[in-house]
Amino acid sequence: MPLWVYILASVIKSAVVLGVLLTAVAYTVWLERKVVGHMQNRWGPTRVGPFGLLQPAADGIKFLFKEDLTPPHVYKPLYIAAPMIAVIFALTSIAVIPFGNPVQVGNYSIPLQITTDVNIGLLLILGVTSIGVYGVALAGWSSNNKYSLLGGLRASAQMVSYEISLGLSLVGVLIMSGSFSLNDIVRAQQGHFLGIIPRWNIFHGQFLGFFIYLIAAYAETNRIPFDLPEAETELVAGYHTEYSAMKFAMFFMAEYANMITVACLATLMFLGGWNGPIFGPYALQVILPVFWFVAKVFVFLFLYIWVRGTLPRFRYDQLMAFGWKFLLPLALFNLLATAIAVAL
Amino acid sequence: MVSIHLILFLVFGAVAVAGAVNLLAQTHPINGALSLIAVMAALAGEYLLLGAEFVAAVQVIVYAGAIMVLFVFVIMLLNAGVEERTKGSRVAIIVGVPGMLIGSVLVAWILLTRSGTQSVPVGALPGAPTIIGDLLFHQFLLPFEVTSILILIAIMGAVVLASKPQAVQKRKEH
Repeated sequence: MPLWVYILASVIKSAVVLGVLLTAVAYTVWLERKVVGHMQNRWGPTRVGPFGLLQPAADGIKFLFKEDLTPPHVYKPLYIAAPMIAVIFALTSIAVIPFGNPVQVGNYSIPLQITTDVNIGLLLILGVTSIGVYGVALAGWSSNNKYSLLGGLRASAQMVSYEISLGLSLVGVLIMSGSFSLNDIVRAQQGHFLGIIPRWNIFHGQFLGFFIYLIAAYAETNRIPFDLPEAETELVAGYHTEYSAMKFAMFFMAEYANMITVACLATLMFLGGWNGPIFGPYALQVILPVFWFVAKVFVFLFLYIWVRGTLPRFRYDQLMAFGWKFLLPLALFNLLATAIAVAL
Repeated sequence: MVSIHLILFLVFGAVAVAGAVNLLAQTHPINGALSLIAVMAALAGEYLLLGAEFVAAVQVIVYAGAIMVLFVFVIMLLNAGVEERTKGSRVAIIVGVPGMLIGSVLVAWILLTRSGTQSVPVGALPGAPTIIGDLLFHQFLLPFEVTSILILIAIMGAVVLASKPQAVQKRKEH
């Protein structure tokens, strides 16, 4: 297609996806407060707007107007850069995630993905996740505060340790699909077994892989039951102690954006992406795959919030022992079993 | 002919060189580590221009995302302070920087005029993951296995170095 069409389509896609992602981040916070509230037998936010739906807007306005205090003892360049690094890399990995089948507009077939289909899409997401660790580590160090340093080091050590199991759980899916490209992986999950059970990877042999991915994802995004680096914030201190107002909001935006990216990746790899019943006129045929994708991401996010409301948190040494001594051997076993099953 | 590939090559190259020079010029080690991360990322861009997509991605994941994280951890835990300027280091700068410049110009001139290599076109080394896997497990199997044993020895060495010596433990028990 000509260059101007490509650029125009990319700009429109970027604007739409970024807008939806930032709104989704705000409303995931709302969803969490409501769901955890109901699980704890209380209402969540109810005052601001119907069902508390304007609560994220109120929180946003609060963060904008709060005093943005920079303590005098911090190392300024990294102090200001760290939340920016965290947010930039949390929002970048959405660029390679496809949301549906390519759309036919006039003469051109436009893929529903901000970049075109990258051959190494999966590796790009893993790379961006690896670099996102710097936001946390540098925030902890630049705050020039013993507790922040320890919290930051613990959080980044946890993220680096569970990245290995995360990657290994995805390699099982890779072996079965034979390609790093996210579109190919979703296309390999089309069709049904026995007419009813869809050929999603979770039913097609990657059940263990899905659960390893789930646990590693909770640890990567610092969520319960692995959120000791953040609980230290509530009890003592943590890597975002010295941050106020918008910089603090940027760290939390980064955390929820990471959650959404991880949920999108899980639906692409294990839950069949946008595969689902498609019927009706062309407009419906374009929207339905995106609808199925969003529904599956929503289920995964609800699972995140459900676990948050239910489980207690691990102590740090239990957390690290679990990651290295149990999850990593299990992920290697999953890889070995998948490789043998595919080779035979 | 000025194509977008030439511009990208020059941009990535400039970032890599600037990062490397900044690494030497900075006095605080954390700034040096961050400059090194910029160098790694620029090299990943160069690999991508060559067509080696898998190597570029692995460069970011492994080098910039894991090895440099360990560098940064060590700098943070050791609380390394700002570098101090002594008489010896001043002499080293006065003698070393012009010497290094002359040396690098000499090496570049020799490579450009005397060796028989030509310039590499964009996308000259296609490296889809299937190709690399094929090479790694058929043609380069022995180096691959030997490298993995080497890494295993390094891990065991690190574990031994990090554990307390046996003699001290036995003396404490008595």
